[in-house]
Amino acid sequence: MAILVDRGTRLLVQGITGREGAFHTARMLEYGTQVVGGVTPGKGGSTVEGVPVFDTVQEARAATGANASIIFVPAGFAADAALEAIEAGLELVVIITEGIPVQDMLQVVARARQRGTRLIGPNCPGLISPGEALVGILPGRVFTPGPVGLVSRSGTLTYEVVHLLSQAGIGQSTCVGVGGDPIVGTRFVDVLARFEEDPATRAVVLIGEIGGTDEEEAAAFIRERVTKPVVAFISGRTAPPGKRMGHAGAIISGRLGTPQSKVEALRAAHVPVADSIDEIVRLVGERLGRPTVASRA
Amino acid sequence: MRLTEAQSKAVFRDAGLPVPDGEVVSSPEAAQAAAARLGTRVAVKVQIPIGGRGKAGGIKLADTPEQAAEAARALLGARIRGYLVHQVLVERASSVASEYYLSVTVDRARQMPVLIFSTAGGMDIEDVAEKTPERIAKLWVDPSLGLRDFHLRWLLQQGGAPADLSREFARFVRTLWELFGRYDAQLVEINPLAQTADGRLVALDGKIEIDDNALFRHADLAAMRSVEADHPLERQAREQGLAYVKLEGDIGIIGNGAGLVMATLDAVQREGGRPANFLDIGGGARAEVVERALRVVPGDPDVKAVLLNVFGGITRCDEVARGLLQAIAALGGTSVPVVVRLTGTREQEGRALLGEAGVRGVSSAATFEEAARRAVDLARSHGNG
Repeated sequence: MAILVDRGTRLLVQGITGREGAFHTARMLEYGTQVVGGVTPGKGGSTVEGVPVFDTVQEARAATGANASIIFVPAGFAADAALEAIEAGLELVVIITEGIPVQDMLQVVARARQRGTRLIGPNCPGLISPGEALVGILPGRVFTPGPVGLVSRSGTLTYEVVHLLSQAGIGQSTCVGVGGDPIVGTRFVDVLARFEEDPATRAVVLIGEIGGTDEEEAAAFIRERVTKPVVAFISGRTAPPGKRMGHAGAIISGRLGTPQSKVEALRAAHVPVADSIDEIVRLVGERLGRPTVASRA
Repeated sequence: MRLTEAQSKAVFRDAGLPVPDGEVVSSPEAAQAAAARLGTRVAVKVQIPIGGRGKAGGIKLADTPEQAAEAARALLGARIRGYLVHQVLVERASSVASEYYLSVTVDRARQMPVLIFSTAGGMDIEDVAEKTPERIAKLWVDPSLGLRDFHLRWLLQQGGAPADLSREFARFVRTLWELFGRYDAQLVEINPLAQTADGRLVALDGKIEIDDNALFRHADLAAMRSVEADHPLERQAREQGLAYVKLEGDIGIIGNGAGLVMATLDAVQREGGRPANFLDIGGGARAEVVERALRVVPGDPDVKAVLLNVFGGITRCDEVARGLLQAIAALGGTSVPVVVRLTGTREQEGRALLGEAGVRGVSSAATFEEAARRAVDLARSHGNG
């Protein structure tokens, strides 16, 4: 069991003939994901890694029965690609592309909501249900199946934490990278709600960062609606205000987005906030009620 | 990208909104001449892309052209809130009857554009929101609906705008909304929007922030980027395509992925050190990117040690090691000690490359925490030695 993606996911890759699209198609296939088609306007009829390529999402969906799409299209065209996937009726659309204008995303997010499409990203690493499906650019081999759900605004930090969890013998149900932009399709609360319902998930790790108020909203949601244990980490706790730390969304602007507010809100919701990466693993192990390999050693 | 006040006002003027007459100058003589041409009392205002200039002493009033020259002399070349002042705006001073606040921005939480109007103009809007929230009116606009007439009526009525000026206010709101969309803005703000003694509305200040991700479709605006206002190292890094932010400490930080780099800054501070910068080489970085990063970061004279922290997912640790060795070969050694922590994809190969090369001044650390601690120690001893 897992959330959002599993063995039944039938995936289209938009931008499959590009360098990134082709590279990650190979890796997703290798992981066992059902990549059933690709879309690149003007390249219909060709194949990439044995996957048939179509000119439009609509055509690809009709021919393959796809229910999800992942987008590797350059920033200037990515919003159009996402809207195409939404209008074609796909259930899940994951945007990997970084650098999409915010006002484009406001329209895409609003449309996805109207149509009931689950949109993830942009500027995200995608998601993985270990042992079932990889829909993204995450390095599959660091993940192991198990009881921990993870949701994060950062890619590499996710890999880092998962690497340590896996080394400690703690596997993952699903790991979702929601993306580092100010406007993203799926936020912490959306993923927390799914983990709460998922019988395979017994504890949740939330990796937030400075900027915005998603962590505060997550804290309020956890307090009211989440019964499973949650452990949090906030990066950028020492970043100065007004400086954009790589991610477009990671900026303390005015009085919003400070780490203090996030840490306080989470602690008030009885969510422990780890001070270091190592501490995350210890806290999760404790909440699962079993000693980890690391703490036994 | 933030436009300066004068740049923002030029955009307003082009869109038909009234702004005070003024000129941008970069010498006291030109300030004097501008004030003489205006022939009235003037305000001399530093042009830096940041708010709170008044409080920081960046705005002076002058009754005569000589006083304007004097004010410009005091302001030009000064450093205000970290920004070097290259230009001042010499502007006709207005007699103000009342001050309002008006802006359009993106509400991240609601994921919609929001219009904000307040009768408490001229103040920090966040202070107003905290102390007198009832004086702020907000209206969220569904982008698929656009701004409608009823939106204007709601906003102005809720905000308590004087009825006799409602037509003028509506014109300002409409124009700001239109500029917000046309220029891919994150913020278009007029604070204060003044009602002058003779009853007209004038934009006394202006702030426009453009979405950097949208600059590709606004070549005219991209050309407005004031290169002088940036830190030279930040400019150099941007020209090389690196995500670099200058900070105030002495430990150079390089890593892959924004979240990981932020967590590295935090780890260094927890160990008692102070990061000199943020530098994200991104995902899947090739040796050349690593090499460029290792040329920029130690080029900062504040840097006493460098911490290179990489988790190899798509990024290969052997590529990173190769980039490091290339940079050191090109520079003929390393001027400051470098601590390297490589984990993940091809970490054995990466470490082996560094081990074989055995470069003086480069050492490896096994964990995040150990790397941070080592960098802090090295910066301390290097700084003293």
